[in-house]
This record gives sequence, structure tokens and C-alpha cells, in this order.
Amino acid sequence: MMLGWLFVSPADRRLLGASRFRGPTPWVIAIMSFSIMIIAATGLALADTAGSLSRAIEARYALEVPDGGKNLEALVSTLKSAPGVTAVEAVSQSEMRRLLGRWLGPAAASADLPVPALVNFDTRPGADIGAIQQRVRSIAPAARISAHRDRVAPLLGSMRALQWLAFGLVLLLSAAAAAAVVLAARGALDTHRFTIEVMHGIGATDLQLTHIFQRKIALDALLGSVAGALAGALVLILLASGASFVGELTGGASLSGVDFLLLLLLPFALTALAAWVARMAVLAALRENL
Amino acid sequence: MDGAWQGAAPWPRRGEAGKLAAIAEFDSVGLRYGTGAEVLRDLDFRLGEGSFYFLTGPSGAGKTSLLKLLYLAQRPTRGRIRLFGEELSEAPREDLPPFRRRIGVVFQDFRLIRHLSAFDNVALPLRVAGAREEEVEGPVREMLAWVGLADRASARPPTLSGGEQQRVAIARAVINRPQLLVADEPTGNVDAEMAQRLLHLFTALNRLGTTVVVATHDVGLIRATPGAELIRLESGGLVDPTGSLRNPPPERG
Repeated sequence: MMLGWLFVSPADRRLLGASRFRGPTPWVIAIMSFSIMIIAATGLALADTAGSLSRAIEARYALEVPDGGKNLEALVSTLKSAPGVTAVEAVSQSEMRRLLGRWLGPAAASADLPVPALVNFDTRPGADIGAIQQRVRSIAPAARISAHRDRVAPLLGSMRALQWLAFGLVLLLSAAAAAAVVLAARGALDTHRFTIEVMHGIGATDLQLTHIFQRKIALDALLGSVAGALAGALVLILLASGASFVGELTGGASLSGVDFLLLLLLPFALTALAAWVARMAVLAALRENL
Repeated sequence: MDGAWQGAAPWPRRGEAGKLAAIAEFDSVGLRYGTGAEVLRDLDFRLGEGSFYFLTGPSGAGKTSLLKLLYLAQRPTRGRIRLFGEELSEAPREDLPPFRRRIGVVFQDFRLIRHLSAFDNVALPLRVAGAREEEVEGPVREMLAWVGLADRASARPPTLSGGEQQRVAIARAVINRPQLLVADEPTGNVDAEMAQRLLHLFTALNRLGTTVVVATHDVGLIRATPGAELIRLESGGLVDPTGSLRNPPPERG
């Protein structure tokens, strides 16, 4: 039975004495679990945000016409009638002047200032942007259409890189937790070397001994990883409820139900990893003996 | 302490030809630790099933090493060892546990697990063999009573006297009805009276069919066991080069 080791008898549990939950293993695992939880949540939020941002701007374009403010209405109506365009949103002259005011100051309000036209529009998938551009250029030859995704690409690239960095860190921390488990297993074997010798001498198999150690280390890991994950979850809740900067920066970073499920599974995945690593480490160490 | 337990059933002691079946056979066995000199060399002998042997020799002669070969704690560096009719010198390590369960070992330093009660120490071989808890309680209580420790079942080894620890170790060694009982200087840590009681225990086990091998310096113990055979080791070799085993010399006036 694959999980038979979880159900060793009370007598077998007594073999390792009353040392359960002592030592550094649960603490080390708790710190790893806490860090993994925070980093994984960050990575997932970044992935979600990048995904939603990417979806939102996938079919969005900007039409810019230098000194085209005077033709704004004509440009808008041309765009609305163009095949494949689903939505058109013009940035008003007053809004453009307000934006220019940040750089130009009061001069931005001057009637002599040529104000560019800026119109955002959305298209259906497969829409012919070249045809739309031709239509627009019949009114404003200097018109230029640019895809939002091209402008945001560097930001999205950075977000994707950070997301993969976060997932890489999760893997690295998991590897560090596994290494800690190997050390813990070796330590436990050293501590109980005499018991192991006696048990081998009376005919215990490596698997019988492994199950006992595996269960103990798995329980230590479960305790540590659940405690660390709970602390991590608490910090995430505090961040989500008390700090709005994340939302401001990313346009509303949030975690989906699937993300929450993944985060919920993390401590158990870490425990399963610890149990497997402990099994391999103990078996390998026992095989060094006769 | 040696009269009550009747749990073990004798097994056939003789082969078809009427000769004692061999429980252990050593064929040109040698042993060295690491790159050191051989501590055992050219051992050729067989142990008959149901017999009683004393293993003697001066300190450093290789008695403990020979016992380690017998209870499968060590492999020979050359030669062949057959135990229970199986060639085990080069058997894969995962094949050894079932054979170890057929061997009881009594160590000079008892080798009891300190944090387990006397009951749990004695129960270990049964639990290792896969006995259910309801199958453990009765035999362990019976065995503890047999060695006179019925009222010390929950005591841990550090709270037991040397003699009591020795009896717990013996109870653990025989609880599984071993076919072969190996004892290394079992009387080294007990007084003369306790040594006699232990000897009675071993002879009682032997009468029930267990092959007994006792390593000892105690000549009195050997002389008090008529019919036992003697294996003498010196400098890692059998004293008698023919490998035949001898009965102990008669006691002199």
C-alpha cells in the first residue's frame, strides 16, 4: 500500500522515543513554506495580471494624428464605420490639453497649439488593420495606428520574467527544503543508529525501518509546512486588505479560485515532497549497512 | 525461571540417514575487516541442528567475529557459509531478514533499547515478524514470566539490574522460537548464581530443539553442561585443524 507508512502502529512509533516535533526540521520547513507561499502568491498574481492585461489590450489600437484635433469627430465616425471595429473611444481635446499641460504648463491651453488627436479603438479578431488605416488616411494622411500590445510589451515581458523568477524561487526553496529533510533524515538515523542495528539484527527489513522514520519526518514537515503556509496566508490577507498599491500598480492584481486552490495545496505538496525525500534518504543510508 | 515456558515445539533434529542435520556449515571461511589481517581463517565446521556448543578461546581469538558471521551481522571475505540449508555468503542483503528472524542473539552488553519498556523490548521480534498486537500480548507476558520478570514488564532497561537486563535480552532472543540461539559472553555481567540460572535457561531451550552456541571464557559453565560440544578458536583458526568438534575435557579432581 502506497501510504501504508502513514499508519505505523503505536508500538512502532515508540521505537523513536518521545522526540516528535523536536529539533529544527519543523522550523526550517515552516520558514520554507512561508517563503514559498508568499513567492508563489506573488508569482500567480503576476501571471494573472499579465494575462488579463494581455487579453485586455490584445485587440486594442491607438490612432494618433499630429495636429488632428480638428478632425476628431470625422476620425471617430470613420473608425466606427470601418469593418471589424467594435468600439471607439476618443480622448477629448480638453483631456489632451490637460495631459499636455503636465509638460507645457499654461501654454497647453493656447488656441495656437496644434493638439494631436488620439483615438483608442477595439477590433474583432482577424480585423484588417491595413484597411482601417487606409480609410483613416483618406481623412488624415499623417494618421498612424499602433497596437497597444506593442507599447506594453516591455512591461509584460518584465512581468513574465518576474513571474518565472517567482516560480523558479519556489522550486529552489523546495529543493532547499528537500535538502533540509535529507539532513534531518541523516540526523535521525545517527540518533537512532543503535535502535536500527538492533532492529536489523532481529530481522527488520529496510522498508519497515524506513516507514517509521518516513512517518516521523512527514509529520514534522506537515506541521512546519501548514504553520508556515498559515503565516504566509495571514500576510497575504493583510496585504490584500490593507494595501492598495498593488491594485494601483497593476490595475487590480488578484488571485483566482484556481490560484487559491494551488496555494492551499502547497503545504501538502511540500509534505509529500518531504516524505518522499525522507524515504529515499533513509533507504539509501540503510543500504550502506549489511 | 526455566521450567514454565512450553511454547516452543521441537523440530526434527536428524536427517534421513540419522545424522544430525546441519543448521550451519562453514567451508574455508575467512574474515578480515577492511584491509587488516584476517581475524578468522580457514574455518571448516558444521553445527548440528538441536546441538549445544560452547565457543572458547583467548581474547582476540575471533569468537565475536565468528558469532557475527553466524547471526548474519557480517559477511565472510572468503569461503562459504550455509545457514538453514541456504548459501548466504553472497546472498543479497534484502534476502537476509527472514533468516535473521530464525536466529536469536544474546549480546554481552544486552543491546536493549533504552527508551522501550521490557515488554516492548521482548515484543520486538514478534512485531518485526508482523504479529498483530493481540498475538503479541500473551507470548510476551508468558516469556517475561518464564524469565522471572512478570512484574517488571513496564520497566525500562536503565531501571533494571544487570541480571534483569540480561534476562530481558534472553527473552527477546527466544520469543520467536529461534532455530539458532547465539550468545556472546552471556554470563560476563552477572554473578555466579545468575550464570547458573542462565545456563539452565539455555539448556531448557536446547531441549526444546534450539541449537545453542555460547561464546564464553567460563570453564565452570562448560563443565556444568554435559553433552555440549566445544569449538576452540586461537588466532582466528580452529585449534583442531581437522575441524572436528570435541566434547569438553573431564573435570579434574
